[in-house]
Amino acid sequence: MEKIIFYSLALVMIVSAIASVSSRKMLRSVIYLLFTLVGVAGIFFLIDYNFLAAVELTVYAGGIIVLMIFSVLLVHHIEMKLEVAKLSKRILVAIVCAIGAGVFISTIYSYDFKEVSIATTTTTTQIGTGLLSYKAGGFILPFEVISVLLLAAMIGAIIIAKGKKLDDVRRKTEERG
Amino acid sequence: MIEGISIYEILTLTTILFFIGVYGFITRKNLISILISVELILNASVVNFVVINKYLYPDILQGVFVSIFIIAVAAAETALAVSIIINLYRQINSVEVKDTEVMKY
Repeated sequence: MEKIIFYSLALVMIVSAIASVSSRKMLRSVIYLLFTLVGVAGIFFLIDYNFLAAVELTVYAGGIIVLMIFSVLLVHHIEMKLEVAKLSKRILVAIVCAIGAGVFISTIYSYDFKEVSIATTTTTTQIGTGLLSYKAGGFILPFEVISVLLLAAMIGAIIIAKGKKLDDVRRKTEERG
Repeated sequence: MIEGISIYEILTLTTILFFIGVYGFITRKNLISILISVELILNASVVNFVVINKYLYPDILQGVFVSIFIIAVAAAETALAVSIIINLYRQINSVEVKDTEVMKY
């Protein structure tokens, strides 16, 4: 049963990822990315990390996708088709990527992973204690650093997106033209 | 652990996803499409961290923490990139890579 679910998830993820990087309509490509992200969350559910799957669904599928859809709608004409690279370049890049994937996969299969099969369930409490503990193996310092980073990114995003005042831009275009 | 699925199969899946992301990153000519490809690459690496954590060291949680940090950094990066793209669109009316000359030099 799990096998069938995993293989169908993998099929959906790969097909929608390929569609996402090759679709010529930008909004569709964002929606295909959403399918891939939901597939990733499904894999997290399958290997029993429920908290991480919830984070993936809320942050990626809920936040980042909405942000991208907003930006597509703001900067793009909806029926405009995207420019694509030259066919020769696409084929060349595809061949190089296939070679790279082959190298990676052959390396993975030649390495002997020592899988251990302990079926432990991870609770959210364990994740929270690990993130906030200051003993050995605790992640309190990166946790604080990431909170400062998020604050800085938020302020920076507001300042960059605010841009120049429209009056200034208009004055500049009048001066120029 | 997924019943009947070994670590090799999941790592193969994430490798394919990663290289699809690399392909998109090189061939697309639009800033938002490049952002989408970056998200694909980051997601593939997040799944790798989590899967290696679960299959090889199930008693510790380092991979989970690292993937939470990757997701947070990706969120910050996307917010900044979207604001830069919108600002760029206001100035040059385009989000194609070939028109983007403001940030060169």
